[in-house]
Amino acid sequence: MNTIAYFKERFDQFQPGEDQGGLDKLRGQAFQTFSQMGIPGSKHEEWKYTRIAGLFNKEFQLPADPLTGIVSPDDLNRLRLPGHEATNELVFVNGFYSFSLSKIRSTNLQVLALEEAADGEFRGIVNQWLGDSSHYQKDGLNALNTAFVHGAVFIHAGKAEHIEHPLYIYHITDARSVNILSQPRSLMYLSEQAHAQVVENYATLGSNESFTNQIMEIIVEQEARLEYYKVQNDGSNTNQVSTTHIRQIGKSFIQAVTISLDGGLIRNNLNVILDAKNCEAHLYGLYFQTGHSHIDNHTIVDNVKPNCLSNELYKGILNHQSTGVFNGKIFVRQPAQKTNAYQSNKNILLSDTCSVNTKPQLEIFADDVKCTHGCTVGRLNEEGLFYLQSRGISEKTARNLLLSAYASDILDQIKLLSLRGWVEKLINERLEKELS
Amino acid sequence: MLTIQNLHAGIEGKKILNGINLEIKAGEVHAIMGPNGSGKSTLASVLAGRKDYEVLEGSVEFLGKDLLELSPEHRAALGLFLAFQYPIEIPGLNTINFIKTAVNEIRKSRGESPLDAVTFLKRMKEKMALVNIEQTLLSRSLNEGFSGGEKKRNEVFQMAMLEPRLAILDETDSGLDIDAIRIVSNGVNKLRNKDNAVLVVTHYQRLLDYIVPDYVHVLYNGRIVKSGTKELAFELEERGYDFIKNENTVETV
Ligand SMILES: Nc1ncnc2c1ncn2[C@@H]1O[C@H](COP(=O)(O)OP(=O)(O)O)[C@@H](O)[C@H]1O
Ligand SMILES: [Mg+2]
Repeated sequence: MNTIAYFKERFDQFQPGEDQGGLDKLRGQAFQTFSQMGIPGSKHEEWKYTRIAGLFNKEFQLPADPLTGIVSPDDLNRLRLPGHEATNELVFVNGFYSFSLSKIRSTNLQVLALEEAADGEFRGIVNQWLGDSSHYQKDGLNALNTAFVHGAVFIHAGKAEHIEHPLYIYHITDARSVNILSQPRSLMYLSEQAHAQVVENYATLGSNESFTNQIMEIIVEQEARLEYYKVQNDGSNTNQVSTTHIRQIGKSFIQAVTISLDGGLIRNNLNVILDAKNCEAHLYGLYFQTGHSHIDNHTIVDNVKPNCLSNELYKGILNHQSTGVFNGKIFVRQPAQKTNAYQSNKNILLSDTCSVNTKPQLEIFADDVKCTHGCTVGRLNEEGLFYLQSRGISEKTARNLLLSAYASDILDQIKLLSLRGWVEKLINERLEKELS
Repeated sequence: MLTIQNLHAGIEGKKILNGINLEIKAGEVHAIMGPNGSGKSTLASVLAGRKDYEVLEGSVEFLGKDLLELSPEHRAALGLFLAFQYPIEIPGLNTINFIKTAVNEIRKSRGESPLDAVTFLKRMKEKMALVNIEQTLLSRSLNEGFSGGEKKRNEVFQMAMLEPRLAILDETDSGLDIDAIRIVSNGVNKLRNKDNAVLVVTHYQRLLDYIVPDYVHVLYNGRIVKSGTKELAFELEERGYDFIKNENTVETV
């Protein structure tokens, strides 16, 4: 069992004994917070339907020394996504960024160790923004990640730089010999008019359990553009709490697409802070759960400044004994007049034994706003099924077609064609398997 | 080709069809007319195999097979086609892909290999011309945002692509202007031959000017209360359905 004492011991072992651009202080404070709060239990309002405290009854190793070459280039080769030759590859192993496995192909993209960034040119940015997500995820897990900020990475796109190749971030956990807790951390900064596409993917090697407690924080400046994709298709022996925190500090455009196709337990926190006038944000999600898997999407859209637009659509398909949670918070602060915020969550249940808990949560303090939200939980459209069957299409194929059609408006949002092709293939394979 | 005997059917405990008898032979065109709510669409749905309708009594034979025992897709593969009164919209399902899947699944169930892309395209172009439907429409999601007329034309287009033995057209004329009716009828007439049959469900006599029926039946309260030739349609047009209702009130009370 991983107790606070275990983490304390690890924490002490990790201390570098020198101040790394203020990171030391941040870690210390975070560990304090973690010691007080611990792993969130089901009494915690935000963790009611996703139970993770019990997971720590097992023993997870929090690896100390990451870069011993445990994951070989061959291992990585098997995990690379289609089209990787034309991407920037950022590889984390057991939560630590690996410079040797990573490959940066865009010369206008800067990727450096967070410690180095905090101690040099980017000190101001790191000091200001690292840990920004903790204002929204007020729980011990967020603090636990920050307490162990080692091997983290800082990603920077300079003014007006359009990063030609998308950034593919691979989070690899090597659970071939023991259960592993990995805590990847990254901070990304998109300067004025910079453009970037980011893809995060997760893979566990071996059959022991993994727990990934990951945070990525992204700051987006004026006129910048971010496309962010998270694709989760790991095995049933994996658990993850994955936080993506995006703050738009200038009028800018972002879209975030979260695709969750497997994994034993997944909790995604997606925060989008509209912290400048006229920002635009699109949040899309698709989850397709089977077996006993659990998916929890918690999203926050925080309208801080006036005239912003946010559009959110999450769609789910659940089968077998799987469970789902959707919690969509929209905050509209008093100065955020003329906010347009739309939210919708739709679910199709394919079995009698799966379930979903969906909850929109709007807190509006401005008066001149347009906010809509809606959620549906239903079965596959019987009328549609009959229509297709009446044209000679077998029931199984008809179901596949209807579910693919249902998923298509989310998949349409994946602008990276090779990624989209790959995700479609995963979904089609899943449909073939599940519905046969 | 199709023999319906004493068919009783209903939905959710409500009885709608009260003993239908109908025989359709290859090469014939039959029309079913009748006031709203008399059970025309129910009959069409039962024949196509819609699950939520319950058959309570009777039998239906189609091309020597017990139709009621077959799944909807099996019925389609045998050659039954229903043009829906209210075609459903399916966002995200590309119309051409859908039709291609249908054509090839039917071929598969008959032990034929899938149509290659060139042949499929050729056939598609040919049938598109037949019902005057445009490619841009077919490149969209199935019926999504289609006008009433476009949906109906899409139904007839699908019929043309699937080349059924028996086509049931459920009020395919409603919502169409006279030009569209002419186009749709023309499409249907092109498919008529001595091996095929058509069952036209309609409200109005005017469609029957274009698709000339061999027999006309009047459905009322879930029963065929009158059968005749196309002159019966003129009579209905002239006198309205009231005379049918009056003639039948005694029986149905
Ligand atoms: N799904 C249904 N549930 C309940 N009643 C239905 C349903 N479908 C049809 N009905 C009823 O059955 C009767 C016949 O309907 P329908 O077959 O659509 O008639 P028609 O096509 O001749 O206008 C009507 O009274 C209608 O309200
Ligand atoms: Mg009807």
